[in-house]
Amino acid sequence: MNEEKVIRIQDLKLHFITTKGPVQAVDGVNFDLTANKAVVVVGESGCGKTSLAKAILRLLPRNAGEYSGKVWLKDIETMSLSDEEYRKKIRWVRMSMVPQAAMNSLNPVLRVGEQVAEPMIVHYDVNKHEAFDQAAKMFQNVGVPVDFLTRYPFELSGGMRQRVAIAMSLVTGPDLVILDEPTSALDVLTQANIFNLLKRIKNELQTSFILITHDISTSSELADIVAVMYAGQIVEVSGSHRFFSNPRHPYSAKLMASVPRLRTKEEPDFIVGRPPSLINPPKGCRFAERCSKRFEKCSEEPPIYQFGEDWVKCWLYEGEGDQK
Amino acid sequence: MTEQLSTKTGIEQPEINILELNELEVYFELKKFGFQHAGYVRAVDGVSMKLRRGETIAIVGESGSGKTSLMRTILRLNTPTNGTVTFDGQVVNALNATALKQFRHKVGYVQQDPYGAMPPFMSVRSILEEPLKISGIKDKEERYQRVVKVMEEVKMTPVEEFLHKFPHQLSGGQQQRIVIARAMILNPVLLVADEPVSMLDASVRVEILKLLRNLQETHNLAVIYITHDLATVRYFSEYIFVMYAGQIIEKATESDLINHTAHPYTHALLAATSDPDPKNVDEFQDVPPGEPPSLVNPPEGCRFHPRCAHMIAGKCDTTRPPDFDLGNSHMVACWLFEDKGV
Repeated sequence: MNEEKVIRIQDLKLHFITTKGPVQAVDGVNFDLTANKAVVVVGESGCGKTSLAKAILRLLPRNAGEYSGKVWLKDIETMSLSDEEYRKKIRWVRMSMVPQAAMNSLNPVLRVGEQVAEPMIVHYDVNKHEAFDQAAKMFQNVGVPVDFLTRYPFELSGGMRQRVAIAMSLVTGPDLVILDEPTSALDVLTQANIFNLLKRIKNELQTSFILITHDISTSSELADIVAVMYAGQIVEVSGSHRFFSNPRHPYSAKLMASVPRLRTKEEPDFIVGRPPSLINPPKGCRFAERCSKRFEKCSEEPPIYQFGEDWVKCWLYEGEGDQK
Repeated sequence: MTEQLSTKTGIEQPEINILELNELEVYFELKKFGFQHAGYVRAVDGVSMKLRRGETIAIVGESGSGKTSLMRTILRLNTPTNGTVTFDGQVVNALNATALKQFRHKVGYVQQDPYGAMPPFMSVRSILEEPLKISGIKDKEERYQRVVKVMEEVKMTPVEEFLHKFPHQLSGGQQQRIVIARAMILNPVLLVADEPVSMLDASVRVEILKLLRNLQETHNLAVIYITHDLATVRYFSEYIFVMYAGQIIEKATESDLINHTAHPYTHALLAATSDPDPKNVDEFQDVPPGEPPSLVNPPEGCRFHPRCAHMIAGKCDTTRPPDFDLGNSHMVACWLFEDKGV
């Protein structure tokens, strides 16, 4: 079983230290991902999606507090590696990231070609020529004209910059790419273009993706599996067919109902209230306060109920799925 | 909390246009070395529209299509190069200082980024009081009453709890409510909302749109809703304008635009807007090649022709299409509909 999983995350925690106490941004996250699949992590802002990406890739800010759990990348347990080993063996070699607002994450004073070639030079010890050849190959792959290699980021449009950022994440041929809101700053047509590109890359290069987004409509363009995050925890993992038609967790259902749709007459609804503070999250189910299906049991921490590959963390499914 | 978004207003509308744009053109001059003329950016190029009291329209387009320039011109923050903006029978750019003040009181503006739109050092109360002070209401108690009233209208209750908070202490949705309250406090007749929900979380977007819709109905407001997101438009506006490269290429009612789409660009926009559907994974989206044209040197004829799959050589690339009438006030600027009347 373990061989075909590209990543397995077990009880991953990342807390930040603030003057008011630790912020439990990622608090016991579990999931795993089969090779050449894409998992979409959805949730409201402030639920810890970006922190999860940072925790997986060990890009920790200075105020990081507790950081624990286990992350297996294929057969390597990455959490036991030292920072230097991690940098050499994992980051950008096996696993890379397209950051949020990737268009602004490029270095404005370096030509984009150099930026895309740099991971090759650093990690594979190739000379500049070979690295540029590889960068040119990647540019073709993501649909950027090769003569753009010598341009500066400001000379490219937003969509092109996003493609360059994707090229940078793919240049070393990683097993897993984490995309953090890759299209939220882009126009509709450009967004559709980028998703077409990601689909093609997934088919051709057999890459696996973790896509982090709050936009459920566009996430359906790439999702094989959907993981719903709420207040630092994952509350549901479901196959996309199940999730988009009939999600299990009450929060997922509300989230789906809040999506404005173009092609149906249904009125969208909204979720009353706001997510809890992550400094002192409520005991028991963290969504209970906003949940319309809440009952006495919800004041206790809900266990995970397994339905084949899917699972849900909600008391409503007691007795239905296999408790883990 | 279950107000219908798409119910039409039942109020009889008087036949006076509150806002009229006539062949509006907004060009920005480009300069070389700071003084030498180097051409124009044609941000808005020949836009006409009429808006009556109680009507809501949406302007949809990609970034760089001129939506914001158009809006800023309506608010008299830009000077039109040619053409006029008429508000309530008066040409906006010819207003003198007193009349301009009147105009500002009657037009509310909801910004895109609520946090950036509010001074971080002012409390909610002083933010909302500011327009009242400027409009000359000297009675402190009256100002307070009006602040409370408008806060109740945007459902920021209990009012006392929020009055002394600062913008950073509010959530995104609450910030946007305060911005809306500020736009509404002088009882405007026209509300201009520039992407009011694009910075907000998906779960609160609908809430804010419903609020705007409610205010529009209770105050019989004319609303211009500017957005790039077609999926939210249909819950808000009866009439939709699609903008491309500074021009309006299609205008229609919400249902006509979605069910009887005419312009190839509108088709592309609709196709690119996905609904959550697991089948999307297996299909590639149909996206026209290329990018929107530069507004310094826009293409001759129809501005969409270099990207259009239905381009008619010798026509689309030479002559700008006029508005063809498809009936039911559905207008499209595309040569494919030449057989229809102009």
